[in-house]
Amino acid sequence: MQPKKLVILTFQNLLRLVLLFQCNFSYIVTSYTKTYYMSNLLETKEVSKYFGEFQALDAVSIQVPKHSIFGLLGPNGAGKTTLIRIINQITMPDTGSVFLDGEPLQRHHVQYIGYLPEERGLYKSMKVGEQALYLAQLKGLSYSEAKKRLKYWFDKLEIGHWWDKKVEELSKGMAQKIQFVVTVLHQPKLLIFDEPFSGFDPINANLIKDEILQLRDEGATVIFSTHRMESVEELCDHIALIHESKKILDGKLNDIKRDYKTNSFEVGLLSDNKRALKQTIEAKFKVAPADFKSLHDDLKLNISLGSDGTSNDLLGFLTSQAQVLHFKELIPNASDIFIETIQNIKS
Amino acid sequence: MVALMFFVGYLSSVNNDTVRSIYVLDDTGFVSETFKTTDYTIYNHLSEVDLETAKILANQENAYGLLHIPKMPIETVSNFIKFYSEESPSLSFISSLESKIENKLSELKLQNEGVDLALIEASKMYVDINQESFEGVKTSKVGSLMKLGFGGAAGYLLFMFIIIYGNMIMRSVIEEKTSRIIEVIISSVKPIQLMLGKIIGTSLAGITQFAIWIVLGAVIMFAASSIFGIEMSQTPQQEMVNEALSNPESTDKIQMIINEFHSLPIANLVIAFVLFFIGGYLLYSSLYAAIGAAVDNETDTQQFMLPVLVPLILAVYVGAFTVIEDPHGTISTVFSFIPFTSPVVMLMRIPFGVPLWQQIASLLILIATFIFTVWFAAKIYRVGILMYGKKPTYKELFKWLKY
Repeated sequence: MQPKKLVILTFQNLLRLVLLFQCNFSYIVTSYTKTYYMSNLLETKEVSKYFGEFQALDAVSIQVPKHSIFGLLGPNGAGKTTLIRIINQITMPDTGSVFLDGEPLQRHHVQYIGYLPEERGLYKSMKVGEQALYLAQLKGLSYSEAKKRLKYWFDKLEIGHWWDKKVEELSKGMAQKIQFVVTVLHQPKLLIFDEPFSGFDPINANLIKDEILQLRDEGATVIFSTHRMESVEELCDHIALIHESKKILDGKLNDIKRDYKTNSFEVGLLSDNKRALKQTIEAKFKVAPADFKSLHDDLKLNISLGSDGTSNDLLGFLTSQAQVLHFKELIPNASDIFIETIQNIKS
Repeated sequence: MVALMFFVGYLSSVNNDTVRSIYVLDDTGFVSETFKTTDYTIYNHLSEVDLETAKILANQENAYGLLHIPKMPIETVSNFIKFYSEESPSLSFISSLESKIENKLSELKLQNEGVDLALIEASKMYVDINQESFEGVKTSKVGSLMKLGFGGAAGYLLFMFIIIYGNMIMRSVIEEKTSRIIEVIISSVKPIQLMLGKIIGTSLAGITQFAIWIVLGAVIMFAASSIFGIEMSQTPQQEMVNEALSNPESTDKIQMIINEFHSLPIANLVIAFVLFFIGGYLLYSSLYAAIGAAVDNETDTQQFMLPVLVPLILAVYVGAFTVIEDPHGTISTVFSFIPFTSPVVMLMRIPFGVPLWQQIASLLILIATFIFTVWFAAKIYRVGILMYGKKPTYKELFKWLKY
């Protein structure tokens, strides 16, 4: 081989290598950024908002993972609704940014979001069908598509016969169903419900809850703002707690619960001499009276083990003293966490 | 509306349909020939009876009334003529009687003085000063009236349109607020889009409504008058109008009005009307939308309405008084530049011929202001539609601008 040719060949190979590396590198970079963003459908970064002197949001950052049900919790006036309005581009943040699916929030993103506000209503003198069609078209659906989907949903919720009724003829719960349908009709990636169950009777609340879960299973991500903790417990897998304009807690609900558990156990003990038994236990552990339902007249206690000590140690000790009827780890529920966190902040 | 007009017209024609029979007791014999029976008025001339018998007779026969002219010399009789009737007679009827008697008595008096009536008729002169501008454009005082009519109609139409449809916009904003649908809507469209859409939509609906009224009105009017036309032209009032129209003097005037109409700056008028109408309407309606957004219910709008209504009413009054006085005077000119009054005042001035640069300058000021008010209103609107509860003060509204 001529040296000249060899040089060219080597050069070519070198070039190829560089190209390959570059390709790979850019591939790695894009796939990294993608996976990084892709895991979260929505992110807010240091979002702040002032209304005059009043600061409604103070550098709030949240990450809403895809296909999750994300609970946005907080007392009244904490800033939940303001944050939701910023996500919906109803108000603009003063500082900070919002990303939907990795892209900075833009006007056209409204069609990927379905929003059911807390203060919700419909045009009272307009017919149900017309109104639903109008609202669906505002979200970018074509007339025929909107009509097709509305028919599906109206049949599903068994409200087809309301089509030609005026909204003022409907009860509050009935109107809420229509609002729910309109919210989910354009199959948004992100669903935002602000207090969705207020105004529903238990049967319809359950119906809506099941629909929300089904939508999540079909690929939607749900942000769920409420102060009703039992629905948080039932539905949410991630939460963020906002208090006085600041985010004070967020993460996976189970992780948070693990952090907040106190290594305490609820026990029921059968004994002839409850007082003596109680004194014996009090001598070794921190004890508080407990209250739960049981068939027997047993001694009911909450026993706290502190940082050291395992359930087996406790169980061993208890079985040596009395007959154990009830033994349960105390896991804090969302409501406890909510109250405790806010009280900690205050004190 | 048209149906209502016709109903009223029909009612008044029924009202006038009744044939009036009038008894005339003319002791002097001066006026007996003046009163000739027509379709709707029958004059029964009495003679050789005294007043009391005539009264009883007229009453028995259910006559409309009794006209009595006592026996007196012509110089004094005018104060002693009396009309007796069951109910108080209609004003128009009495005045028509008066004018008939007056004419007759004056003629008689002239004759008594030995004046030749034919000579008087022949010597009557009508003066009409023909006006012409230095450029050779002919005008007249009838023309001025006509210009005033056109300008006034245009200005007033704008005024009414703003009041009616501005209120409609305001009410629809309040409705969206109180029904709480607003938050759903603005999660799909921008507040400013919603506001402008509302303004444009309402105005188009308003124009359509106006157009339908006018077209429908014209059609029904035409249809109705071709069906009922013959009957309607025979009411007593119509008779009087017809008499006036047959006067040669007034046909001249009609001819002149038509000429004047042709000499109006029609193209300028129409273009200016459209532009100032749109500008003025957008200016005010955006303010109405902002008011609607600031409050929760209609009763709270009062305090914000005043500052909007004052310039509007001022514009109409300035238009109605100063423009008539002098269309190119200082006040009229100044007010036709101030953006809140310029649409109405300028529209009233334009038929009198306003230099083009003034029109353009005024229009530019108007457009600049209207862009500013739309921006201002959009700010208030954006914040206001999500504010519930207490009625804001002006200070708070000002704060909202900074949100």
